Amino acid sequence: MAPEIPIAIYPRSVKGRFRNLKYAILILAYTVFFLLPWMRWERATGPQQAVLFDLPSRHFYFFDLVVFPQNIFWLAILLLIAALLLFFVTGIAGRVWCGYFCFQTLWTDAYLLIERWVQGERPARMRLRAHGWTAERIGKLALTHAMWLALAFWTGFTFAAYWADAPRLLTSFVSGSAPFAAYATVLLLTATTYLFAGVVREQVCTYMCPYARFQSVMFDRDTLIVSYDRNRGEGAGGRHKVTRALKSRDERQAAGHGDCIDCGYCVQVCPTGIDIRDGLQVECIHCALCVDACDGIMRNLGWRTGLIGYTSERALEGGRTRFFKLKTWGYGAALLLAALLLVNSVATRAAFDASVRQTRQPLTVMLSDGSIQNSYAIVVNNTSVHDLELRVGVVGLAGASMSVQPADEIELHPEESLTIYVKLRLTLQAKAPKRIPFDFALVPEEGASAPLKVPSQFYTR
Amino acid sequence: MMDEPNKQRDGSEVGTTGHVWDGDLQEYNNPLPTWWIWAFYGTVVFAVVYWFLYPAWPIGKTFTRGVETVTYTQANGKQTTVPWSSRAEFVHDMQSGPEAIKQKTWLEKASQASMQQLGTDPQLLDFTMKIGKRLFGDNCAACHGAGGQGVLGHYPNLTDDAWLWGGSLAEIRQTIAQGRHGFMPSFQGSFTATQLTDLAEFVLSLSGTQGGNPEAVQRGARLFRSDQAGCFYCHTAAGTGNRAVGSANLADHVWTIADVSGSPSYAGKLAAVEGVIKQGVQRQMPAWDHRLSQTEIKLLAVYVHALGGGS
Ligand code: SF4
Ligand code: SF4
Repeated sequence: MAPEIPIAIYPRSVKGRFRNLKYAILILAYTVFFLLPWMRWERATGPQQAVLFDLPSRHFYFFDLVVFPQNIFWLAILLLIAALLLFFVTGIAGRVWCGYFCFQTLWTDAYLLIERWVQGERPARMRLRAHGWTAERIGKLALTHAMWLALAFWTGFTFAAYWADAPRLLTSFVSGSAPFAAYATVLLLTATTYLFAGVVREQVCTYMCPYARFQSVMFDRDTLIVSYDRNRGEGAGGRHKVTRALKSRDERQAAGHGDCIDCGYCVQVCPTGIDIRDGLQVECIHCALCVDACDGIMRNLGWRTGLIGYTSERALEGGRTRFFKLKTWGYGAALLLAALLLVNSVATRAAFDASVRQTRQPLTVMLSDGSIQNSYAIVVNNTSVHDLELRVGVVGLAGASMSVQPADEIELHPEESLTIYVKLRLTLQAKAPKRIPFDFALVPEEGASAPLKVPSQFYTR
Repeated sequence: MMDEPNKQRDGSEVGTTGHVWDGDLQEYNNPLPTWWIWAFYGTVVFAVVYWFLYPAWPIGKTFTRGVETVTYTQANGKQTTVPWSSRAEFVHDMQSGPEAIKQKTWLEKASQASMQQLGTDPQLLDFTMKIGKRLFGDNCAACHGAGGQGVLGHYPNLTDDAWLWGGSLAEIRQTIAQGRHGFMPSFQGSFTATQLTDLAEFVLSLSGTQGGNPEAVQRGARLFRSDQAGCFYCHTAAGTGNRAVGSANLADHVWTIADVSGSPSYAGKLAAVEGVIKQGVQRQMPAWDHRLSQTEIKLLAVYVHALGGGS
């Protein structure tokens, strides 16, 4: 069997409230994404870029928040919040992520704008294709693809700019002295953006997107879906075009026809190329453009809008949509909990952290006076944006004497990391245990922040 | 597509290559996909560009060297530019890679600093301990162990506070630079068996080891300080050792040759000490000043001092 040759989709433009909402989200998302890396930010130390993921030094800057590798827990909980939020809104409002926020949707939307701007509205684009390889078509296609590539490149470059000082990256990128990773990243993202938003489009949603495959399990009878009101549209005699005899609503009702005038507008605007009147389909990303289309038609005819609209399975059967069900409360509670945990963790983050490494070669040393010595290396990180003065002490090891290198009291600049070498000497009492647990206490200068206790062991033999 | 090799996408029959073998054997003409062909042309172009840039073709005893070059500094300080090779690239990286440059500035700083500063300045100490660990691992660990723990009876433990030749920064540096020769003669034929035991009893008593025979200790003490045995020449009358000749302090708890702490019974400890008196000691630490630079020796001295036992 010969495979079906995919038919190109030429979505028609539409006006309406959902279209406006989508434009608003597109503008907001693009503004944030494209401008954020260029935003400067004053800091006592560190780079002057508001948002910077500095991989080489493993510091993530987010306005006044500096995230260190040991805060990786925040990322985990952020991902958890994102997942919960997705479950939460999908349960209530269906594929809103797909329809409004998904990068694939946003970039495809922008690419469609370019396409329409260069090649014209749907009929013009179809005519262009039908006429074969004319000079006009080649020129317009070339311009479209050039603009697509330019947007793709700027998308890729903007992404790279989050990982390096943006203005410097731009100059080094142009002069050919940027790191290889930057070129590779930009090239890869340019290629994928161009391919996915320009060439593959709705097939990403239908065949490649894993999220599209499993979100149906989050749906229930109360979840909002874009749906065609079959009862109203078809009536007893099915849909029918407006003809001289079937003009007013009363005439149509009398003839048994529904409100759908079979104008096909809802089909033409659909970016995934489906007919919503055939019912809910996997391809439908719930972008509600067909809602805008049909509402426009209905308004022109002076009829009630909402022949296509956001509604739930229960509402379609004449019931009332229940938004607040057990699932909503459950996801909501979990979401709130995770958000509180994150906020609390960020707000109460310690000014510094430390880890102790015990010297193991040798573990214990017999000294000339018969006492035992253990050595430790304590790595201290100043994770704050202030200078930090620390004093090292020992808690729970009675009678131990201590010597510290480089000094008893150390000073750490913001974001600095330092190793302190500590030797503990202990004159053993008879029957000392093999291992004595104790804590190192790192005490900051008065009130700067809370002292830190790091557990360790003293080996006696 | 592949399950029906004689059909095209649109369902029509695929043509044949036109050859006929053995009267009826024909071959379908199914060309490779276009993208595949272009990918192949791409590899050809890549290969040609590569031949130009990098060493590629053997010609008799030599080979085409390519136009890419690497510039690095030779051992005598001269700059050379050679055709690209991974070895030259490596040398270049070791000299002028970002890490190499960072290390150079720190080495420069360390060579200016005093040993005191190396041990107390936080940043310099950080650098010293990292470089010191590497230098120690490369040069010293074979004898003294990776952590400086030594081998009892052979190589001194550098992490305790007993120093045969002194444990100050300057003394450690001197030891590394000039080397040391530790020597104690063998007394195998000089004493009777009883005398040997007496001496060992006394030496053990010096560090407060319990369980000895008081009379034997008395006799040993007298022998130790007599001209006949002459032990006190090196170890001093009190047995506290003499750093000028590297003789051990016998009055502390650290044993560098005899495995006293390792023997649970008094008899075992006694035998260990007797063994050392009989055998004598012969130890050599080589001089490093012609193998390591002054800065390296300085850094090593601070590192060893910080290992745990420096005084
Ligand atoms: S059917 Fe309607 S909601 Fe679904 S993708 Fe098409 S236009 Fe969007
Ligand atoms: S836009 Fe509305 S009236 Fe027109 S075909 Fe679609 S459902 Fe029917």
